This record gives sequence, C-alpha cells and structure tokens, in this order.
Amino acid sequence: MTDARTAILGRLKAADAGATTSVPSEDFTTVLGRGWSAEERLARLRRNMEAVHTEFLDARGADWVRAVHAWLVEQNLANLLYAPETPVGRRLGQSWPGLGPNLVPYERPMAEWKSGLFQGISAGISGTRGGIAATGTLILWTDADEPRTLSLIPPVHIAVLEVDRLYDTMLQAMRDQNWAAAMPTNLVFVSGPSKTADIEQTLAYGVHGPKRVLVVLT
Amino acid sequence: MPTTEFRDASVKALANPELRANFRRAMDGLISKRAELFAQGQDWAPLRALGAAAKLNALANLPVLLEKLEAKLIANGVQVHWAETIDEGNEIVKTIMAKRGAKRAVKGKSMVSEEMHLNHALEAEGIEVIEADLGEYIIQLDHETPSHIIMPAIHKNKKQIAKLMFEKIKNAQYSEDVDEMTALARHVLREKFEHADVGFSGVNFAVVETGTLVLVENEGNGRMCTTVPPVHIAIMGLEKVVERLDQVPALLNLLTRSATGQPVTTYINMITGPRRPGEKDGPEEMHLLILDNGRSRVFADPELRDTLRCIRCGACMNHCPVYTRVGGHTYPGVYPGPIGKILMPQILGIEAAGDLPHASALCEACTEICPVGIPIGDLLVRLRREGARPSHGPIAVKGAGAQGTAREALIWRGWRAVYSAPALYRLTMWGLTRFGRMFPSWLPGLSAWTEVRAKPVFAKQTLHELAERAGISDD
Repeated sequence: MTDARTAILGRLKAADAGATTSVPSEDFTTVLGRGWSAEERLARLRRNMEAVHTEFLDARGADWVRAVHAWLVEQNLANLLYAPETPVGRRLGQSWPGLGPNLVPYERPMAEWKSGLFQGISAGISGTRGGIAATGTLILWTDADEPRTLSLIPPVHIAVLEVDRLYDTMLQAMRDQNWAAAMPTNLVFVSGPSKTADIEQTLAYGVHGPKRVLVVLT
Repeated sequence: MPTTEFRDASVKALANPELRANFRRAMDGLISKRAELFAQGQDWAPLRALGAAAKLNALANLPVLLEKLEAKLIANGVQVHWAETIDEGNEIVKTIMAKRGAKRAVKGKSMVSEEMHLNHALEAEGIEVIEADLGEYIIQLDHETPSHIIMPAIHKNKKQIAKLMFEKIKNAQYSEDVDEMTALARHVLREKFEHADVGFSGVNFAVVETGTLVLVENEGNGRMCTTVPPVHIAIMGLEKVVERLDQVPALLNLLTRSATGQPVTTYINMITGPRRPGEKDGPEEMHLLILDNGRSRVFADPELRDTLRCIRCGACMNHCPVYTRVGGHTYPGVYPGPIGKILMPQILGIEAAGDLPHASALCEACTEICPVGIPIGDLLVRLRREGARPSHGPIAVKGAGAQGTAREALIWRGWRAVYSAPALYRLTMWGLTRFGRMFPSWLPGLSAWTEVRAKPVFAKQTLHELAERAGISDD
C-alpha cells in the first residue's frame, strides 16, 4: 500500500508547511528522583504492591531458593517453571531440594509444548531488573534466556527482586539502565496480579494473567 | 442547531432510569478515584505540561516522525502498513490473515479496531474474532458496541451481565458473583488464547526513538494477544507517535491516573519487535497498521489539530454532565463524550455528526481535566461555527456549512443591522420591552427553546433605561 503511504504523508507534509506550532520545553523534575532512602523505596514499593494484592516473601540474609521451595510446599503447588540459563535459574538449578515441588525448565520453544504450558504448570519464576517505588512496579526484561510467557501463563508468578535495585521512578530506571540504547523485544512492567473492574467497577483479581504474584526479596 | 439522531437518542436514554443509574454510579466512582490521586501528588500542573509538550512535539513534526518510526520498526523486524480509509485497513488485515490461512483471532482492547468495524469485516470472511478484554467480551456477547472508551460495558449492571453470560456461554452456571463471572471468562478465553492464529492489539504510544509500541492494561489479555499467537497485528491512528522513550513515563502517569484513578496499571507492555532468533516465545510475525481515516484532514487545520493530542484516557467523558446523563450509546460513531464531540464531526462530517458540538453546555469540565490540555471548549465553539459557515482554511472541515439555514443567516443579518444603527437599536429595544412578551411560544426560532423550558420574559425596561434612571452616566 505504498499509494496510501504517499498520500497520507503528502497531506501531512503539505499541512505542516503552513502551520507553526511552538513546542514548550520539558522539565522532568516531577517524574525523576524523589530523594528517597533505600528503606523508604522498599517500603513504598511494598505498600503500593500490597495494595493491589501482591504477596511478599522476605528472604534477605537467607537462602531464597529454600524459602521459595518452602512457600510452594505450603501453598500446595505441584511444580515451578523456570528459565535455566538466567542467574535466577542457575541458582535454582544448583540448589533446588530433591523432594517436593518439581522444577520444570523452560527449554523448548513455546509452540512445541503450548498445552503443557497452559495446563500443566502451577507457578513460574522470573528475575527482575529492579523495581519502581513510586508506583510499586517490577521491571521484567525478557530475552532468549528469559521467555515472555514465564511470567504470564502460569497462574502464579514468582519474581525475584534484589532490594538494592530499586528506583524512585520509571524515568530514573530508564536513564540509569539506558534502556533506549538496546530495548529487548518485550519489556514488561508488572504491578501486581492480573485484575479487572469491568463489571460494575468491582475489582476482581486473576482475569487473564497470573492470579497471584509473589515477590521474593533478596 | 441540534438535530435528529443525537437528540432522539438522548430523549430515549434520559427516560431509562436503570441506564442513568449505571452511568451515574460509574462516573462518580471514576471522578473521585482520579481526584484522590491527583490531590496526593500535587504534581498535576508539571505533569500535564510534560504530557502536552510530548504530544505537541509529536504533532509539530508528525510526518517526519512517522517516517522515522516506520524505518525503525522495519529495522526491528516489524512490517508496517498504511491505510487511508477503514476499508483499506480491513483489506490489509484480511490479506495478512489470508496469507497465513488464519481463521481464529483474539483481540485486546482497541478503539481504532472499533472505528474500523474490524470484527464485522473479519466475520464476513468466516474468521472468528474474540474480544479478550473482559468488558469488550461482555458486550460482544450482546452484539453491542462500547459505551465508554475505557470501560466498554459500563452501561450494564451486574445482574444484566450475569444473565447475559448465563444465556450466551455454553454450560455456564448462573452467578451474580463478580469473581465467579470473571473466572468463567478466564476459563473460556484461555482456550482462545492458546489456539488463536492471530492476536490484535491497539497502541497507546509508538516511540520513534526505539521503534517501540507501548500498551497499557490490567487484565493481561493484551500481553496474551501480543505474545502467544504466532502473528501479532497492532493497529493505531497516525497520531499515536511519541518522539523519545523518556517522554513515555509522564504520559503513562497521566493516562492511568486520568483514566481509572490508578497510579499505574497492572501491566505496561513495551514491544520492540517480533521474536528474535533464539527466543522461545513471542510472535514470529509482527505488523503495525497505521490508519488515517480523516486524521490528516484534522491535522491540516492548525487549531483543530489539537484534537490529535488526545491519549484516549476517557476523563473528559467521566466528567461530562451530558455524557453522564445520556451514556455512550447515544453518540453516533465510536468515540463518545467531549472527545467524540470534537473528533466525530471532523471524521464523519458535519452532516452526520454536526449536532454533537451543540450537545454541550460549554461548562468546560472536560477542558479543565484533559491531561494533555486540549482546549475542548474552544474546539466545540469552532465546530459549531464550521457547521453554519465554513472558514477559509486550506482544507475545510468535512461538510462544513451543512447546518447553515437561510433563517439563521437572516436573523444574524437583522441583528447586525440593529446593532450598527443606534436609532434602530433604541427603537428595537423599546419595542421588545413593551411588546416582547406578546411573542407566541410556538414562534419559529423560539419553539426549540420553549419546547422544554418556560418562555423567557422580557423586562419592562431596558438595562439602559434603568441605568439612566439610577443616575449612572453613559461614560
């Protein structure tokens, strides 16, 4: 449809020539750092996420792999899908206890085991690229090692968050990690379990994405 | 002059107490949630300035930015398509699907796809398209269109939805419990996501710098549609462009707070291309369809161009006294409320939607809360004027002048004559104050007012006379 392209751009350019729009300058102060301390960042992230039913497991100073294992046992969850080549995945692979919930590696392309992924997985575990305190948001960076659906299709999503990787705002994280230089195919921000208010504005959790989100603090 | 379609539909809507209660409850809820959030932060003014600047910058450089976006997306592996009309857009989608032999599609919430009547076009080809957003799914079950751009099923209450789901979904149990209804939709739609050949999505922001499509949602259906099926087709109006990634956080903040009073949505999805080699999931094939459908014509007028700043948050309808009373289905076209009142007459033309700019008290509640500062009130007045008499811009508003009548022109000519001749003015005022009350209420020109209101009563003396008597001098 090169004709449509030429016609549309032609009209826009013809119009543009006659118009003068002045663009105001941008002051980013309001969306940048808030000067919060590390404790305050964590407290805010937690408060914001708990307000929308996110669960937390504080494994700081402990073995988080064992803590996750114990949580799955307690919640009666049969297995855990993980990405074996990520830092989080390697830790899991090394020290997952032999008994109890199974560790299922995400090794094959999704298309080859779609129904298994949809029907046979109780929880998925992903890493994070940090969190955003102002809104209570996890930054999920997907790539060849960390599939997109790991945090989407299993009914429970477990996310490992290093508490020293918290930012005040999204813009701060964006600049600090220089996202614009090399975006992944899918950069996802998660602020809690899937929810809807489409029926009479009544909040209900677990529509299409995970019904539960557990943040493991390390 | 307000005419038939909107007016008749309004009368019907106003007489439906259940519908009015549904909208009143919802809009009150949305207004107070938004107000709470902006009261906390104290950052409304600087945020709004950032939002407006990002959109103004995009519009000031629109053709160049669109070309750059296209180049960046192609480099990222995305196929870019352009459509001047909705028919062209639907043909492009059909061709993409035919090439893959695709028969089953799932769709995330997209107002542009509503504008294209995409479902209708695809169903005519024997393709199944399932709306995956819960609200959209509900109204699709009832063969309806959205009554609100953010909350499409807001005109229905819990009981109505429970009944609908029970009747339309196979093997459904009747339940008025919102959690149970939600679980039922999850169950039905999970199967659809798993087996769909194509996933559709809209676009909230298209970032030129990185070639990234930004999508905002709470349910996860948007992520499903853009991640699970082997083909992802995104559709956007050509105004969705943002130049740089660092402009996105402020816009996201404004969008989610204005739309539903949330500090953030559950998911923000930034998509920068299809699956790369070695990746295990994500679509093999990704397309972006850029739709014009009258937008380049809107762009041609420097004043009306501001219509294209809109980020589709819906706050203007939530705060509109007219929308709250008549509801979204009263408006012709896809976009209701104040944004619809300025957009639809320009897209559909004055003949089809020229009565919309008149369906406003010009209270400017919309102008006040618009997160990107669109001067909606001014544009309503401008479009009223275009309705009666086209201005002399390079490209006129579609159907401009269609509402002008000889009678109205005559009345204004008379008004001008009276106001430009002092003697005639004095004589007219004297006459109106003495005999004005004798006008019958059925008089053409008066009847539109007196049909639903008391006839205005002229004072016995002019203000000028009263002032003179009180000793106030003419200076």
